[in-house]
Amino acid sequence: MKAVRFWGTRGSLPVALTSADVRIKLLAALRASRGRPTATEPDLEAIVASLPFPVAGTYGGHSSCVQLETGGSDYFVCDMGSGLRPFGQAATARRNGTPQTFHIFLSHLHWDHIMGFPFFVPAFIPGNRVVIYGSHDELEAALRRQQDKPSFPVDFSIFGAKLEFVHLEPGRTREIAGVAVTSMLQRHAGDSYGYRFESRGKVVVYSTDSEHPLAQAEHAERFVRFFGNADLVIFDAMYSLADAISVKADWGHSSNIVGVELCQMAEARHLCLFHHEPVFDDAAIDAVLAETRRLEEITRGATRLHVSAAFDGMEIAL
Amino acid sequence: MQIATRQVADTVIAAPSGRIDHHSAASFEAALSPLVASVVASRGSLVLDFSGIEYISSVGLRVLMIAAKQMREHEGRLVVAALQGVVAEIFAISRFDRILTVTATLDDAMALCSPETLARYHSAGPAR
Repeated sequence: MKAVRFWGTRGSLPVALTSADVRIKLLAALRASRGRPTATEPDLEAIVASLPFPVAGTYGGHSSCVQLETGGSDYFVCDMGSGLRPFGQAATARRNGTPQTFHIFLSHLHWDHIMGFPFFVPAFIPGNRVVIYGSHDELEAALRRQQDKPSFPVDFSIFGAKLEFVHLEPGRTREIAGVAVTSMLQRHAGDSYGYRFESRGKVVVYSTDSEHPLAQAEHAERFVRFFGNADLVIFDAMYSLADAISVKADWGHSSNIVGVELCQMAEARHLCLFHHEPVFDDAAIDAVLAETRRLEEITRGATRLHVSAAFDGMEIAL
Repeated sequence: MQIATRQVADTVIAAPSGRIDHHSAASFEAALSPLVASVVASRGSLVLDFSGIEYISSVGLRVLMIAAKQMREHEGRLVVAALQGVVAEIFAISRFDRILTVTATLDDAMALCSPETLARYHSAGPAR
């Protein structure tokens, strides 16, 4: 495993920056440029480089889609949220006339995790192979249904690629194109599944749409084993802990606090906050990241846990 | 976990100490539950003096939330007072400072309970 690339990081519903959001960023950038040289391109680049991320960039708004760069020629993808569309375009741009194979792992079948599939260009191209893995019995039916009339104008007959559906038994490790893949049942309405990917000495865990019942010690122990010694854990940190166990209990999501605790117990090396609350703007997500880093610092044991917050376009080298 | 307690007017001040983590949260819950039941029965208030708590995990925070919910259901009051450095930060990061009644000092907590409780607390002297 060489890297992880994020194409969609938002929870529940895609969002987009508004004109008002852009205006706030522009004003902040102009304020930051006061008194600084602006005559040359390097001057301007230096100013932009000095701006905080929520001013110079954005966490983005596509729903869940994460690419694993395994080092092999096949593509590995987690979830088919709206981020699957730009991923598919980027993959097609690198095609060079050669058929491509995509291994796609679904956490579950809620709409924000499958809505990108009707717009996945590689599925339209004859010669390509798209293998969709999951542990839900309704895997294929759910994807066909979202393209049935009246929900979408074209059904599966439009696709030129060879489509395959593979049921994964939770807890059983399977070798797929040089990657050992294990899924695990998670707590979410209708069930969700986390994935542990192991390849070339690197371990990546994808665990989204997963609620953690705090009173059940065996539940925590199960996740600590699943996250064990991971180089990267991509973790559903949609809510604050207070919300997750009070007004939003049983909504099927988790918090930054539980993410830090589980990763510390599992001795994981990097926690990446994921599935951001759609009502949060860039400043709010950045504040959660800063707080989570502070939490890790004040609760740190023998080893440091690196903490990041995923954004659309982010790449993490392993 | 042993929790030292004292009664001031209709308020019980309980002072746990140490770490409330994944290992000790069940013990904390077992010690806190009868206190909550007792204060509910007497229609009083419960003030948790957290000045001796060094750390609290998500599991420990859940115990506090359940206790606060039980108190609210019986129109009682739970106040968490005198959080120290790390614990105060954990309350802020978890947003528990927004769903529980938290005060900076024990004095503030007693004043929230009632003026009479604060006066009795002040007159109690050295035990403070």
